[in-house]
Amino acid sequence: MTNEFWSFIFGRLTWDVLPLHEPIVVVTFIVVAIAGLAVVGAITYFKLWGYLWKEWFTSVDHKKVGIMYMVLGLVMLLRGFADALMMRLQQAIAFNGSEGYLNAHHYDQLFSVHGVIMIFFVAMPLITGFMNYIVPLQIGARDVSFPFLNNFSFWMTASGAVLVMASLFIGEFAQTGWLAFPPLSGIEHSPASGVDYYIWALQIAGVGTTLSGVNLIATIIKMRAPGMTLMKMPVFTWTSLCTNVLIVASFPILTAVLTLLALDRYVGTNFFTSDFGGNPMMYVNLIWIWGHPEVYILILPAFGIFSEVASTFSGKRLFGYTSMVYATVVITVLSYLVWLHHFFTMGSGASVNSFFGITTMIISIPTGAKIFNWLFTMYKGRIRFELPMMWLIAFMLTFTIGGMTGVLLAVPPADFVLHNSLFLVAHFHNVIIGGVLFGIFAGINYWWPKAFGYKLNQFWGKISFWLWNVGFWLAFGPLYVLGLMGVTRRLRTFDDPSLQIWFIIAGIGALVIAGGIGAMIIQFTVSIMSKNKEWDTTGDPWNGRTLEWATSSPPPQYNFAFTPIIHDGDAWADMKARNAQRPVTGYMDIHMPRNTGTGIILAGLSVVLGFALIWYMWWLVILSFVAIIGAAIMHTFNYDRDYYIPIEAVAEVEDERTRLLSGAR
Amino acid sequence: MSSPANTTTADAPEFYEIVAHDHPAHASTQIGFWIYLMSDCLIFASLFAIYGVLGGSFAAGPSPEHLFNLPLVAVSTTALLLSSITYGFAMLDMDEGKQKSTLIWLSITGLLGAVFLGLTLYEFYHMIQEGAVPQRSAFLSAFFVLVGTHALHVTFGILWLITLVAQISMKGLIPANKIRVQCLSMFWHFLDVIWIGVFTVVYLMGMLR
Repeated sequence: MTNEFWSFIFGRLTWDVLPLHEPIVVVTFIVVAIAGLAVVGAITYFKLWGYLWKEWFTSVDHKKVGIMYMVLGLVMLLRGFADALMMRLQQAIAFNGSEGYLNAHHYDQLFSVHGVIMIFFVAMPLITGFMNYIVPLQIGARDVSFPFLNNFSFWMTASGAVLVMASLFIGEFAQTGWLAFPPLSGIEHSPASGVDYYIWALQIAGVGTTLSGVNLIATIIKMRAPGMTLMKMPVFTWTSLCTNVLIVASFPILTAVLTLLALDRYVGTNFFTSDFGGNPMMYVNLIWIWGHPEVYILILPAFGIFSEVASTFSGKRLFGYTSMVYATVVITVLSYLVWLHHFFTMGSGASVNSFFGITTMIISIPTGAKIFNWLFTMYKGRIRFELPMMWLIAFMLTFTIGGMTGVLLAVPPADFVLHNSLFLVAHFHNVIIGGVLFGIFAGINYWWPKAFGYKLNQFWGKISFWLWNVGFWLAFGPLYVLGLMGVTRRLRTFDDPSLQIWFIIAGIGALVIAGGIGAMIIQFTVSIMSKNKEWDTTGDPWNGRTLEWATSSPPPQYNFAFTPIIHDGDAWADMKARNAQRPVTGYMDIHMPRNTGTGIILAGLSVVLGFALIWYMWWLVILSFVAIIGAAIMHTFNYDRDYYIPIEAVAEVEDERTRLLSGAR
Repeated sequence: MSSPANTTTADAPEFYEIVAHDHPAHASTQIGFWIYLMSDCLIFASLFAIYGVLGGSFAAGPSPEHLFNLPLVAVSTTALLLSSITYGFAMLDMDEGKQKSTLIWLSITGLLGAVFLGLTLYEFYHMIQEGAVPQRSAFLSAFFVLVGTHALHVTFGILWLITLVAQISMKGLIPANKIRVQCLSMFWHFLDVIWIGVFTVVYLMGMLR
């Protein structure tokens, strides 16, 4: 066979692209391969494939899709954090002429992939998981508006993650930073597969994110229980609505700009090139018009979680509900008017910079209103220091400092000094870890009993809490100091030995955070394996206030046998206060959507398409593209998409709940 | 709606819907599809913004007045606008349950869409023959991608239309098919609106430049 034949089949994929010369990657591959084989072997041994396929992979139940998002996010958190530890170690030792242990090629991929994974495949799946699980329950619905689309969205997100993981062992990932600015990301300066992995992983995951945004907006607008007017919606649902509006209104811009970058790379167009009239700053503008709303996409649901936690664990109605809603909406709108603060140094002049500096500072007003609302909710409340409440307090302390450094960066002259420095790195980790991640942890501890029927272990939860908090400040406090001293981000080696101590402290902080993650894994394991679990038979372990606590833990497949009628903002607290009786007879057949494998099939074909595009296997590109279109059209010929849960099955589930409830009281 | 089963006193509020009521099928479909269209609209908005910034960057290459053939564009625009009217006739007939004439009007719509597509491809071919390829300048990159993305949408619209014609022939005008015709209708008119933007910004203003 000739070379031409093989290059037709495999495109530019050759043995040379396997990173066999990188011992770290080879060892990682061996460990991942062994662990992967162990997992696959265990699933096969226990004959779980059928169960997983039927009950999970093809499930259109919003609760199961939500849990799958959470699992994806937590698994990817481990990968993203491993990258962070490696960077911290490199920066802690690369002094006094030492090159450290990572070469430039590897290190540049690390900081790029760390950012991409943490934003797209950790934070996004985790918040989407919460929105999927909680929103339909909070609005008294039986599922989302488009259950199949929901399953499909999840698998598209997972497909993006698969491509990013594949880049570790086949070829390379981008060495451009997490936003891949041209001209560096152009074909001339990044000819290898890295940027292509970046583009297609994000494009595929972006389809999933956009569709899930459409789905959740339609769900919240159309499927609220009777009586739930917009101003009676739980705050988490409000923040989810705003987040999904942001998703639908910003991800298309990312799709467009990445498509244009791909065209520049594949076809040779001149959108972002430095010659033939192209304009690289256009890319920077467009990607930040997506990128800034993106940070609010992440933080708003976290604000929602904290609002629920604050009122539940203070035993009070949320203070300033209306102002909370307006603050959320104002942030939603303002998030589109600040993108240029990411590149004040572009040189757009004093007037433009002033405008964007001022809009940026204005965002701190609604955010500050929220902080005060949470404080006043706690004021004179009967506060219970359970784990979610502890995360709320840690968040308020940490996030406020992160917010203030953000206002500092919003001042254009200050930004000219601090642009691209470690101060910026410390700032956004301060708000993303201290805001988004702490919110996710609060949410996991808060809603775990709802999803699984028992509370998480407190002891290990507290250990994890303290390790995370101490570790966070040890890791990022030094970066603030270094940033103020003028150290720029993404450096691999350092000349000034006096800086080393700060990097060593930051490295120790990362290790402490590793302990926090370890403690969290132990917390999950201990809670799952424990024989004397804190079972929740009532469905309402925290004395909650919103409708998700009106169901059993875990909720039945159909969530509500009878649709609740809402009279008050805190619907479940109102029902408890007025002694609403749960009906125990008169059940009806319940209309539910049927599971389907189309989502995972389409997403699997998308992985093939992405891989073929990355490696220039044009025949496979055409084949998989045609297959995707064909499978999608085939799916539309299936009209048999729903079924009824018979009365007897409903009665059985509900009678069991009646029995549990009477036993508990 | 009114049942005393779960209330203690006559005027106490009800907290559960005891009596079943029909949840209309596809109740969310139209608004969901509309939201999707708005996200698609933003893709076009980005491309318009790109064209606005790069549309004058000819890089010493050809400019609109050398390239555009307004009579040709007038014909293709007419075909596309007419296809919106014929789609409207299909909708009217569908509402009256006339399956056969619905299918006829849908087919005419598809043919007009194909005429539009053919003229766009002819224009592209002609430009490429003259050396006005997308790689030549940022203006041409932006032009080909903006007009090409619209054409790609029309292609998908035609594909969808063919699928729907097959499905209506198989299953008739059942509710599940009707909602699809309505969604495609929104998509088709949306593409018309986008084209009016393209026609104005790219062709008319390009010739005025």
